[in-house]
Amino acid sequence: MFEEIEHTADYAVRVRGTDLRELFVEAARGMNALTGGRPGQPSRCRELVLEAPDAETLLVSWLEELVFLMEVEGEIVDQFEILGLTPTSLKARLTGGPAVDVDKAVKAVTFHELAIRETGDGYETTIVFDV
Amino acid sequence: MVDRSAFGKISEYVWEVPRSFRDDMRVPARLYASSEMLGAAISDKTAQQLVNMATLPGAVRWAAAMPDAHQGYGFCIGGVLATRLPDGVISPGGVGYDINCGVRLLRSELEQEAVGPHMQELMTSIDRKCPSGVGKGGKLRITGKELDQLLVEGAGWALKKGYARPEDLERTESGGRIAGALPSKLSPRAKNRGVPQVGTLGAGNHFVEVDVVEEVLDEEASSAFGLWPGQVVVQIHTGSRGLGHQVASDYVKRFQGAVRKYGIRLPDRELVCAPFDSPEGKDYFGAMCAAANYAFSNRQVLTHWVRQSFQEILSAHTSDWDLHQVYDIAHNIAKVETHSVDGEEVKLCVHRKGATRAFGPGFGELPAEYRSVGQPVLVPGSMGTASWVMVGTERSMELSFGSSCHGAGRSMSRTKAKKTVWGSDLLKQLEGEGIVVRAGSMAGLAEEAPVAYKDVDMVVEVVHNIGLARKVARLRPLGVMKG
Repeated sequence: MFEEIEHTADYAVRVRGTDLRELFVEAARGMNALTGGRPGQPSRCRELVLEAPDAETLLVSWLEELVFLMEVEGEIVDQFEILGLTPTSLKARLTGGPAVDVDKAVKAVTFHELAIRETGDGYETTIVFDV
Repeated sequence: MVDRSAFGKISEYVWEVPRSFRDDMRVPARLYASSEMLGAAISDKTAQQLVNMATLPGAVRWAAAMPDAHQGYGFCIGGVLATRLPDGVISPGGVGYDINCGVRLLRSELEQEAVGPHMQELMTSIDRKCPSGVGKGGKLRITGKELDQLLVEGAGWALKKGYARPEDLERTESGGRIAGALPSKLSPRAKNRGVPQVGTLGAGNHFVEVDVVEEVLDEEASSAFGLWPGQVVVQIHTGSRGLGHQVASDYVKRFQGAVRKYGIRLPDRELVCAPFDSPEGKDYFGAMCAAANYAFSNRQVLTHWVRQSFQEILSAHTSDWDLHQVYDIAHNIAKVETHSVDGEEVKLCVHRKGATRAFGPGFGELPAEYRSVGQPVLVPGSMGTASWVMVGTERSMELSFGSSCHGAGRSMSRTKAKKTVWGSDLLKQLEGEGIVVRAGSMAGLAEEAPVAYKDVDMVVEVVHNIGLARKVARLRPLGVMKG
């Protein structure tokens, strides 16, 4: 699950997941929700492989891929199939389509106080976005 | 936690957290604010972020926050930090994502009465000519090679292409081109984001606004800047678009490794930094200068199109439709400058994040007509409220490395603003006040509601009273175009 939390200048989202896979998927859904957009037709599928030195950097890289797709390809992804995930690597299949009804742009994903914490129920983090 | 007790009062409007407050602080942290503004800085994370800034290696004198400061990420917005070269650090998070986001002021020779009857058509024309909004590309088609030239030449590229006049560049910070740009230090992704967006406004808080000079408070400076009561002027607020954001994203990520390499310990990963003269520092500075040049060029191309709109709508009614540049300043940037520290002239890397340069009289870079009064400091207010033109002072050199505020500063979160204000209601309210609005998104409009910002008049009052900059003229909006 994700919830938007208060930030004076930009956007912040608190994300929880029972495991890292759910955390990454919910983070992507949370970011999509901020933009207000949805994918139109035709749908498009692509695979993504990422590596990073730690889980937080991997999370930022994952979300940055979606920012880039939105801005350069004009595409929103709303189906995230995680094929493999460790704290330093990710393989996923993304399905989306041309962005429709976007009224807010997420321009960048920050590292501000970014830490993925283990909780009794799984994982939790808060992500601040530049808008 | 940084609470009220951490701040000592140095003098009226000057508050300081001493270096002894936290072991990792290298310099004190100073906030220029009224008592009320201090309360606001403590209630969100502004004060915390200001104290965090003071931990960066090589920091000199103090970390400073301007009166419009508010919570950001890494640095607070309104933050100024200078590090001593060559080994003091440069921090991509200390510049921010929208590298060289800035403001340009253009003046007409027209009175409000001459433009007023045509404001609807004028704002429609500006809205049509200046591409804006989420994900909107521009009208220019440039190649990758041209982009590399633009990244080196800045507004000079626009001059070569016929989008500028020589005097526009003379009246732009650093002449519209920062030396040291290295296009090879930008990722292909940054360039991909930059190619289609030259000459675009973007969304968020970016705007083109037509204003009237409501009041002049400094005759000498306003005369030098060519401003007079009743005059119609234009502000353009935008930056380096997706290209700048990608440069920042790339280097904040790369610098996560650099802090480990150089053994730098920081309280927030967004503050990552590297010694200025390290390979990482040099690469970022080269890329940042390129992004800054992109922003100068971007505002210049938009200027050309706003001039076209003035010609299209007003030339049938007057021969005096033209717009002349007053000044263009950056408010997200790191610059190499020489300042006096403890009686010694030293080279510094001055980070200004949500803060503008505000150099006083005698500064050699200024055009001759401004040199005796000082650099224009442009302070846009929130949508529908006043904006200010100020002038830099000598005193700002002692207080803030020659820096001042960049706007009103937010006081309410976007989330709360969206819940508090309906975009369509705000539109009606602004139109009721006689302001012509062209907005791409009602949700976006609501987030930028005046109620979400501090009172710009109060911010400017504090800036003026401390001496960071001096009041010159107050502007009132007639029309605004937002993405």
